[in-house]
Amino acid sequence: MRRTPLYDAHRAANAKMVEFAGWEMPLHYGSQIEEHHAVRRAAGVFDTSHMLALDLEGTAARQFLRHALANDVERLRLPGKALYSCLLAEDGGILDDLIVYRLAEDRYRIVLNAATARSDLAWLERLRPAGASLRARHDLAMLAVQGPRAREKCWAALPELRAASEALGVFFGAQAGDIFVARTGYTGEDGFELLLPAGRAPDAWRRLHDAGVRPCGLGARDTLRLEAGMNLYGQDMDSSVTPFECGLAWSVALEGPRTFVGKQALARHTTAQRMLGLVLEERAGVLRSHQAVHGAHGEGMITSGSFSPTMNASIALARLPAACEPGERVQVTVRDRPLAARTVQPPFVRRGMILV
Amino acid sequence: MNIPESLRYTASHEWVRAESDGTLSVGITDHAQDSLGELVFVELPEAGRRLAAGDACAVVESVKAAADVYAPVAGEVVARNDALAEAPNQVNKDPYAAWLFRIKPAEGAFPENLMDARTYRKSFSEA
Repeated sequence: MRRTPLYDAHRAANAKMVEFAGWEMPLHYGSQIEEHHAVRRAAGVFDTSHMLALDLEGTAARQFLRHALANDVERLRLPGKALYSCLLAEDGGILDDLIVYRLAEDRYRIVLNAATARSDLAWLERLRPAGASLRARHDLAMLAVQGPRAREKCWAALPELRAASEALGVFFGAQAGDIFVARTGYTGEDGFELLLPAGRAPDAWRRLHDAGVRPCGLGARDTLRLEAGMNLYGQDMDSSVTPFECGLAWSVALEGPRTFVGKQALARHTTAQRMLGLVLEERAGVLRSHQAVHGAHGEGMITSGSFSPTMNASIALARLPAACEPGERVQVTVRDRPLAARTVQPPFVRRGMILV
Repeated sequence: MNIPESLRYTASHEWVRAESDGTLSVGITDHAQDSLGELVFVELPEAGRRLAAGDACAVVESVKAAADVYAPVAGEVVARNDALAEAPNQVNKDPYAAWLFRIKPAEGAFPENLMDARTYRKSFSEA
């Protein structure tokens, strides 16, 4: 199993370690629910060094990404601006989801999921035209500092970040010395994601900890992203579905003459299903992936389900018949019993507020 | 891993304590709660329910997974720990204080045949 530069720090903090996408990662450091609350109420830090950054450079870099991604990097007018996109196969199936930052006119940085990084890299290498280079940044570690107090605590821990990041807008990134700092994340809270040389990661981690930022594991990361209504690749989406079945139509730039991988298939595609949130209305179990959902418009299935510490209720993302709308009553089969749930439009929680 | 000498254990990670009134308290072990993670829901059997040894009679659910709890011996449920409904994570904080239910063992039920602490510890450290 692969280990991040923070492996020793996790062990020293008594983390419960688990295998994730071939990496040995912290699940929690004692209480994933308290870690979840720390991010909603103050600040937490996640080791996300298992994710892979890719740097693209060259006169053809922009055309390369306009062809490879379902979203259009032409939307990135300003340097540092970030864009969420799916990477599609020719049949419109989702190969991965990613964030791409425009660093300069002909320089971009992409952040990929750990489980798909290797296959994404091979896929992109095949699509790469002459005039664009692709470099996997295995030399970088990644930290996500998230929560309403994350930015101020980041500046207290790493003062050299302040000048470059104080005026940074949401979904923008900037270089601060040898640290790339971006106002992005996977929790529904404000905060930064930091890409930094692997050798600097243990010191940054310690400084953040000393500034009162709570170490958080993959357990809290999963409940936070679920509350934020964000899909997890491999669970809520994979190559068998298109962005339209996953609540990601907004991230597909179909307009205009631009051609991209998967566009023709999407243009012909009829969507029978949609993604909605569920809130369990009885305290009689916990929603889980693969549970069947039954409603007035037919059958569906939960793709991600768990317990929401913020709402103190069980919530889920589910793929339901396309005619289904938020606000409907459905039944979910939980351990052979039908339980009442209602459909909602995700997100469930954003910036500490319950929205459903 | 905390495995008190004074209790008996099952292969499915329940602990059993003989009470002075002849009933048996049943809970899940430290090992079980640690593997499951923080509990967010418990479903407990009603008083009066008759159980055969090995019956799935309670459910504990963590953020990550659901697990059945099995009757360690045959008998009748005489009490359940309703305080856990609002605070299921008591099981994580103190697994041997947070009993789930109590059984009055049926005639011919032999709780003394369950594993002692040493045998239980060996059973899963070898698994």
